[in-house]
Amino acid sequence: MSVPSTPVVRARFRNGLEVRLKEIHTAPLISFWVWYRVGARSERPGITGISHWVEHMLFKGTPKFPAGVLDRAISRDGGLWNAFTWYDWTAYFETMPADRIDLSLRLEADRMVHSLFEADEVASERTVIISEREGHENEPTFRLGEEIQAAAFRVHSYHHQVVGDRADLETMRREDLVRHYRTNYVPANALIAVAGDFRTRPMLNRLRQLFGPLPKKPRPATAVRSEPEQAGERRVTVEGPGNTTYVEVAYRAPTATSPDFFPMAVLDSILSGASSLNLFGGGLSNKTSRLYRALVVGDLAAAVDGDLAATIDPYLYGVRATVRPGVKAEDVLQTIDDEVRRLQDESIAAEELVKAVKQARALFAYGSESITNQAFWLGYSEMFADYSWFEGYLDGLGAVTADDIQRVARTYLRPSQRVVGMYLPTGDSAGA
Amino acid sequence: MPRKAPSFPRLDPKSLPGPENTARWTLPNGIVLLVRQNHASPSVVLNGYVSAGAVDEDGSRAGLAHLTAGALMRGSRGRSFQEIYESIESIGAHLGIGAGKHRTSFQGKALAEDLRLLLDLLAEVLRQPAFPEDQVERLRAEKLTALNIRDQDTGSVAEMEFDRLAYPSHPYAIPSDGTKESIGAIPRSSLIEFHRRAFGPRGMVLAIVGAVEADAARQAVEAALGGWNNPGQVVATEVPGAEPLHELRRREIVLPGKSQCDIVVGVPGPPRTDSGYLPAAIGNSILGRFGLYGRVGDAVRDSAGLAYYAYSSLGGGPGPGPWSVNAGVNPANVDRAIELIRKEIGRFVDRKVSADELEENQAHFIGRLPLQLESNEGVAGALVNIEQYDLGLDYYRTYSDRIAAITREAILEQARRFLSPDRLAVAIAGPALVAGAA
Repeated sequence: MSVPSTPVVRARFRNGLEVRLKEIHTAPLISFWVWYRVGARSERPGITGISHWVEHMLFKGTPKFPAGVLDRAISRDGGLWNAFTWYDWTAYFETMPADRIDLSLRLEADRMVHSLFEADEVASERTVIISEREGHENEPTFRLGEEIQAAAFRVHSYHHQVVGDRADLETMRREDLVRHYRTNYVPANALIAVAGDFRTRPMLNRLRQLFGPLPKKPRPATAVRSEPEQAGERRVTVEGPGNTTYVEVAYRAPTATSPDFFPMAVLDSILSGASSLNLFGGGLSNKTSRLYRALVVGDLAAAVDGDLAATIDPYLYGVRATVRPGVKAEDVLQTIDDEVRRLQDESIAAEELVKAVKQARALFAYGSESITNQAFWLGYSEMFADYSWFEGYLDGLGAVTADDIQRVARTYLRPSQRVVGMYLPTGDSAGA
Repeated sequence: MPRKAPSFPRLDPKSLPGPENTARWTLPNGIVLLVRQNHASPSVVLNGYVSAGAVDEDGSRAGLAHLTAGALMRGSRGRSFQEIYESIESIGAHLGIGAGKHRTSFQGKALAEDLRLLLDLLAEVLRQPAFPEDQVERLRAEKLTALNIRDQDTGSVAEMEFDRLAYPSHPYAIPSDGTKESIGAIPRSSLIEFHRRAFGPRGMVLAIVGAVEADAARQAVEAALGGWNNPGQVVATEVPGAEPLHELRRREIVLPGKSQCDIVVGVPGPPRTDSGYLPAAIGNSILGRFGLYGRVGDAVRDSAGLAYYAYSSLGGGPGPGPWSVNAGVNPANVDRAIELIRKEIGRFVDRKVSADELEENQAHFIGRLPLQLESNEGVAGALVNIEQYDLGLDYYRTYSDRIAAITREAILEQARRFLSPDRLAVAIAGPALVAGAA
């Protein structure tokens, strides 16, 4: 039994725009994505958060599609649309009833070059984004994560949060936003991904008609500063409101294209549970993972999870525990260390490997059910590797051996290569 | 000039759940089973509920249904906690059970070849939970941690305060996940007693959607759940209606150290079965959802730039769930945001929505169905709703016509029936408000 779909068709227009198409005829829907190779990774101090702000401004209209018109038109047709800014990329998508997709194609071609950035819209969006940041700041885990990343990346632009630093959100100017937009939103820096209920030939022709004439401009150079080698464990403590302690341990992780990435993914599955790869749709519970057994069944924590991301540059593999009342953060850290040492010292059992691969297969199958997820992967994988990375994902996991896992545990999960973060609550009424 | 007749999206009836592609059976013990085949993917989803919820709880037992639901998978007569989770996690399956105000719901997913295993596990934990002492205590400790987090979460605290203001002396005023005091005090024996009294096949609904033949699914369900009987089962009581508000009730809860305030403004709304529900739903979409947050979003987010989110919701459900607006704003802007929200509510009850607004929202309600019903989860949820609210298996076949028949007058009638800018519950949670900033 398989999802009726055709192989991926790849194309590249003269202006440098890349296209990926995948026909899937399971539902009368098409998901259309435009990916730009720009994100927080491309930012420097003074303009942190600019990629995310530009993303917001692309919803504020063009001369052809004034603000509000787009929202209404897409909602009217029963579509779903949104955008995401992350470190390595910014992505825009619409999933529409198949016979209504043309609106989305015209809209994306138009706003790639004609977004207005009106001064009053820039001004009102400044406060909206500061409000977005303040909403994040209400969460202890955001505050802790922000400090951990800042400690982990002294030089590399993974240092700051995607939403940006408040100081920059208050001072950035319209000219900065427009420059960032004009430099990065060019066909040669973009990739279109379409999946769903269409025929490849007419879709490609229509895309060529709409996007082909966009002016050719050079692909921007991203001046990324490499993070120097870390020499010794770093620790951060955040104090804030509440009664709940969190412990997060962030190790330096391999890039998505490193041969060590798949072994790390299996390691994560065994240590903290199988993670869903998909943008939409839930994952699995993690109650048989090693850390859950040690920390939650061990009465030290209420929850634990792990997080490995596919990135261009080496990023972080994080493990986070929600500490139970009355338990010391140091005891939780000690238990995490014990479990990491067990991975380094003892070979994992064959059935743990089998389980991790079966879980990955199931999650992979679930993810393929949604047209939106299919189109997401078509573009996302190209931001840090290419689509063959995704196509080879299950084989890549299936090839991982117990020795691989022991090796990556010894290579990456070293105390000298990590940041330990603790959120220490000051109680209900303190912290103001 | 007469308006052009609106053109709404046309739906392919074959792609929608309907009587000829959805099987429905009532088992002798009362369980209603709905099955829809979909061989486009290799998975299967199950979704449903038993009729055991939080509405019968008093304050001292608040969270009992929630705690009981959480404990079901912590050990059965046949299997330990570890064995239960090993059996599903090792095959990449998922099963979750949780209690709301009226029902204890479950959602599961597996590769199609594992449906039998998933159903057997569901049956085992629903019918024969053991509530092991150590597991109940561990669960309690986890819930207490979750309540610590909830009680510091501005959104949750504002919601709970709203419930207290909007539903005085109504079961909805009591949080279904309980309080630290109640969760700390509920004995294990209460869980056992609640399970014995409230869990049973009567009132249970189960929908199965995915790569499975309908008859095969029915046989598997009969094998797993057909023998379940509980003569002592008390089916949950009817929910009382909520009193309408007669004035503006406002309360602020200060959570020091936070950056942003959450605001909830609203009233008790119509149940899903109310004849005014669909006009109210279209009206709510115009008020605070359509095209990124509707009129409220335009006013609070787009024009004033006060909030990242500002939207309205219509709870629906078996009882008088809330009709409310939520927003997250800086403490200096709370009063201004509330005034803008009240102004939009005022406009909404003062004048009919425009013909254009109505038409585009009708098109939206119809046009979004293919996306809502794309996944097995979406179809299973739709089938459970059809059964829960007695909408009829042809509901989606007649849906376009129902939506198209809604008028501007009908929306205004429902708006005026429930909303008024001067009779609202207003709850705020976050850092202390900045004096004089409004």
